[in-house]
Amino acid sequence: MIWNETIESSDREQMQQIQTERLINTVRRVYHNVASYRRKMQEIGLIPGDIKSIDDIHKLPFTNKSDLRDNYPFGMFTVPMSEIVRLHASSGTTGKPTVVGYTRNDLNMWSEVVTRSLCMAGVHKNDIVQVAYGYGLFTGGLGLHYGTENLGATVVPISGGNTKKQIQLLNDFGSSVIACTPSYALHLAEVLRELGIEPGSLKLRVGIFGAEPWSENMRKEIEDKLKVKAIDIYGLSEIVGPGVSCECEEQDGMHINEDHFYPEIVDPETLQPLPEGKIGELVFTTITKEGIPIIRYRTRDLTRLNYSKCKCGRTLVRMEKCLGRSDDMLIIRGVNVFPSQIESVLLEMSETEPHYLLVVEREGNLDTLNLMVEVQEQFFSDEIKQLQLLRKKITDNIQSTLGISVQVKLVEPKTIERTSGKAKRVIDNRKI
Amino acid sequence: MIVQQVSVFLENKIGRLNEVTQVLGKNGINISAFSIADTSDFGILRMIVADPEKAIGILKENGFSAKTTDVVLLNAPNKPGALAKALEVLNSEEVFIEYMYAFSMNERTSVIVIKPSDPQMCLKKLEKHKDELISGGDPYNI
Repeated sequence: MIWNETIESSDREQMQQIQTERLINTVRRVYHNVASYRRKMQEIGLIPGDIKSIDDIHKLPFTNKSDLRDNYPFGMFTVPMSEIVRLHASSGTTGKPTVVGYTRNDLNMWSEVVTRSLCMAGVHKNDIVQVAYGYGLFTGGLGLHYGTENLGATVVPISGGNTKKQIQLLNDFGSSVIACTPSYALHLAEVLRELGIEPGSLKLRVGIFGAEPWSENMRKEIEDKLKVKAIDIYGLSEIVGPGVSCECEEQDGMHINEDHFYPEIVDPETLQPLPEGKIGELVFTTITKEGIPIIRYRTRDLTRLNYSKCKCGRTLVRMEKCLGRSDDMLIIRGVNVFPSQIESVLLEMSETEPHYLLVVEREGNLDTLNLMVEVQEQFFSDEIKQLQLLRKKITDNIQSTLGISVQVKLVEPKTIERTSGKAKRVIDNRKI
Repeated sequence: MIVQQVSVFLENKIGRLNEVTQVLGKNGINISAFSIADTSDFGILRMIVADPEKAIGILKENGFSAKTTDVVLLNAPNKPGALAKALEVLNSEEVFIEYMYAFSMNERTSVIVIKPSDPQMCLKKLEKHKDELISGGDPYNI
């Protein structure tokens, strides 16, 4: 079923007209309400009147994650706080999180795009949807939750983790859809096998997986082991959360809800727009959001766009699975991790030096983060308990900054390789 | 007596202990005694060596994290009950011990290495019981 056929199957001309109207409106609002946008536009001599059509979008300045940090927490909101009904946050590149605010209309829009996504995935109102994304500041849980309710399906708000309970409810409630990270889906399949439960005996038929990159190989493995149709959903909190785009049952690219989020592909070096079909960095402009509209946000995700009509009947532009990133961000168990966050934690601690190496592994099907920190003369102690206290302190500080657990290993000085150029800080051994 | 023990931080990996002993051996430093404290991913090698200052210098040159720690050496008779006697004395004097290890010097004498929270205080207390515990010999040249 196509939830909003007028929009999702509209012709290109009509879509561009909608996008043009909405962009003009958005640019006017941010120019008059957000100092940082106004300043950036004034710097290049741009006024809202210069934006006459969606094709003028490339004249606008880019927005980076650092802009959100610099205006922490609410500096980029375009409406007074009395209009904001919900806040979400994701990890920032250093210390402070990235905060986004939603008006009532924003939440309705978000529910609409998630509902569209669920329909793309082949979910209907008779389904029972087990939402195993984390509920909280992370957008995954609540995003899927309200989209499911809006569709009229039944939501099981179990949140992340607690695998035994997940399996019990899959079994007892007969959940037909599960939404979680793809690595958790594999973990779930593994535990089912250990418990001797045949996945085919469950009612589960669709999996909606996102919040971390996954490959076609992983899709095959999940579909094979969990006996579901594995659908990729994409989103980021800066834009709205999950539901920015989603695959349909054709599994041939994710349909972007482009009447709300206008996509561009640019060269990550020159920032010049690239022609259709070329791989580059994905840039989004939110053209309906009220709480915190974002102009030309650099997602750092690398992909390409396909404007051809899909077999499913939708004309919404499709983006390929993300092929990598143009920065050093890692996604670990659905959480964004920047090496610079770890560096700033180590720099803040007087006992440590910022010599470290992050090793990411996939054990079983779950990602683990191992951090090697060099023991420097100044904090070397003859006593085991002192070193263990230090290790615990590093572990705790990093956990409270990143929001995920990390295994800290103290290593000897100068064992972490020094390079003359950019230091190698991350070894990612995951086979995705 | 109080001596300087050499402590070296070691990652738990094959050959690391070997490297320490080779470096010291090549530079003519005799190891009289050692013990290893280990955890799941690192350990601390503690040694009594002939020339602690020189040993530290050599170890640091070779990229090890090393430092000296004051420990108390107690020479006790090498016979049944001697260690028990020493511990009884330490206990009665309320000396708090962080760790200890021991080795035999010869058929007559063994050496107990003690890391108390306060080495000076520990030494003073032990000296009160000198006659019971017997001490003698040069611990650096066993």
